[in-house]
Amino acid sequence: MKIKLSRLVAHLIALLIAIIWILPLIGIVMLTIRPLKEVLNGWWNFTEFNLTLENFLTVITSPTTRLGRGFINSLIIASFATLIPIFIAALAAYSFARFSFPLRTYLFLLIVALMAIPQVMVAIPLFQIMVNLNLLDTYLGLIVIHSAWGLPWIVLFLRNFFLTLPVEVEEAGKVDGASDFQIFRKIVIPMSLPALLSVTALQFTWVWNDFFLALLILFTPEKYVAVQRLVWMKGKYHTPWDLLSAGSLLVMVVPVLVYVLLQKYYVQGMVGWGVGKG
Amino acid sequence: MGCPIKKIPRTPFLFLLPALGLIIVFILYPVVYTLWLSFFSPTGEFVGFQNYFELLRNPDIINFNNFPSDSPPWGALIHNAVWIAIHLPLCVLFGLLFSVVLQDVKGASIVKSIVFLGMVLPMAVGGLIAEFLFDKDIGIVNVILRFLGVTSLAEKSWIAWPQTALLATILSGVWMWTGFSMIVYSAALATIPREYYEAAEIDGASTFRIFRHITLPLLKPATLIVIVMSVLYELKIFDIIFVATGGGPGAASNVLALLMYRYAFVAFKSNQAAVIATLLTLLTLPAAIWIAKTAVKRK
Repeated sequence: MKIKLSRLVAHLIALLIAIIWILPLIGIVMLTIRPLKEVLNGWWNFTEFNLTLENFLTVITSPTTRLGRGFINSLIIASFATLIPIFIAALAAYSFARFSFPLRTYLFLLIVALMAIPQVMVAIPLFQIMVNLNLLDTYLGLIVIHSAWGLPWIVLFLRNFFLTLPVEVEEAGKVDGASDFQIFRKIVIPMSLPALLSVTALQFTWVWNDFFLALLILFTPEKYVAVQRLVWMKGKYHTPWDLLSAGSLLVMVVPVLVYVLLQKYYVQGMVGWGVGKG
Repeated sequence: MGCPIKKIPRTPFLFLLPALGLIIVFILYPVVYTLWLSFFSPTGEFVGFQNYFELLRNPDIINFNNFPSDSPPWGALIHNAVWIAIHLPLCVLFGLLFSVVLQDVKGASIVKSIVFLGMVLPMAVGGLIAEFLFDKDIGIVNVILRFLGVTSLAEKSWIAWPQTALLATILSGVWMWTGFSMIVYSAALATIPREYYEAAEIDGASTFRIFRHITLPLLKPATLIVIVMSVLYELKIFDIIFVATGGGPGAASNVLALLMYRYAFVAFKSNQAAVIATLLTLLTLPAAIWIAKTAVKRK
C-alpha cells in the first residue's frame, strides 16, 4: 500500500512538472495559430477559436521580417562553423590523447580553461581584428570566430573520447606502415562516430542559437542570422506577439529537430561537456 | 631534417597547429589585449588600476544609493549576484527533485524531454518568454496570480517595472536551464548500483534515510558540476536580458555582460568596457581553474 501511494505521488508530480514546463510553449503556439485579436485578452480563452497560418506566412515572407532569409544565413553559418572546428579540434584532441610532447599538460589545461572565458572579454579586440582582416559584416568572419570559440570544449570532449579507444588497433596500423595522419583518418575517425555526432549536435545548436557574436559581427539586415532577425522584429515600444511567436517557433524548429533526431548523442554530449566521458 | 632539430616532435605539433592558431588569434590575443586596455586612459596613458577604482564606485556596477534598502537598479554586479542567489539554488533543487522523482515514473523520458527543451532553444527566445509569461494581458503567471488574489503583481507587466524586471528574466532562465541540472543528476543517479538500495532496504532503512545517506553523498560530484556550470551561466547571462528588458527599466535588470557591451559599442568607452570585461572574467576564474583541474585528473 505504502509503495503504491508513493508511486502515485511521483506520477502526479511528474505530470505537474510536465504541465508547468510545457505551458510557455503552448502559449506561444496558441499565439501563433490563432488570430491576434482572439488572444489579446489571454490565449487560454477558448470562447472563440479559429486557426490561421497567416502568422507563419507573414513572418517568413514579409519584407520587414524576412525570417526566410535569416534561416538561410543561419544554415550556412552554422554548417561551416560546425564542420571546421570539429575537424581542427579532432586533430588537436588526437595529439593530446596519443602523443607525448613538452608542455602537453599545460597546453591542454590552458585550452580547457578557456571554456570558461566570457565572450565580452574578447569583444573589443575581436571587432578590431575583423576590421583589419576585412571580415566585419561577413559570414566568413562569424564562421571563423565561432570555429575558434568552439575549439576548447570540442578538444576536451574528443580527447576524453579518444583516450577510451583501444590503442592496439592504431598500433596495428602503424605496423602496416600507415602514417600518423592516415591512422587518424582511416582508423580513429571511423571509430569515433558516436562522439563526433554528439559534438556535431551541440556545436550546430549553439551556433544556430548564438546571438552575441552575430550581434557583434553582422550589421547588414540582409546578412542577419535567424535569431537576430527575431530579436530585430521586437519593436522598442511595441511587441508584435503574433509575428514574434510565429518567428520563435520557426527559429526553434531547427535546434529542436537536431535534438529529436540525435537525442542520445545530444544528451551524451551535454553530460560529457560537464561530467566528461566515462 | 637535421638530426639536432629532431628533438622538436613534429607530428604532434602539426596536429595541434590549426587549433593553436585559431585559439591564439581569436581568443588568447584578444583576452590579453582587453586586459591591457583596462589599464589605460582613453588618450592612451597608463593609469594602473585607476579605471578599476573608478568603476567600482560607479553606480552602474554597484549602486549603493539603492542597494540594499531600495528597489533596483542596484548595479550590474549586484544583479549578477542576485541571478546567482536565485537562479542557482532553484536550478539545483529542481534538477535534483525532477531526476529523483522521474526515476521510477512511466513516461519519464517524455517529461525529461519537455524540461530539457529549454536547453535546446535559443536564449534570445528565453528573453521573449520572460516578457510573455509575466505580461499583464497575455501572461499566464499574471492570470494565476490574479486568481490567487495577488493583484499587486498581477496587474503589471513584470519586465516594465524595476521591482520585478530582474526576477522575470531570472525565472525565465530557470525555465531554460533546469534541464541541464536534471540530466546531469539523472546520469549520476543511473550510475548508482541497485545493490546499495537493496542492501539498505533489507537493513530496514526508510526511503528518506536511504536518500539522505546513500543517494545524496553519491551525487556530490554531479552537484559540483551543476554548480560550476550554473554559476558560469549566471555570470555570462546576456541574451535573455538584452531581448526581454534591454537591461531596463532604468538599468534595473542590467548585468555585467550587457553593461560591457553598452560601454564598448554604444558609448564607445573602450577602456571602461575592458575593465568590466576583466572583472567578469576574474569572477569566472575559479570555475575555469576547476574545469581545467578536473579535465586533467580524468585520465
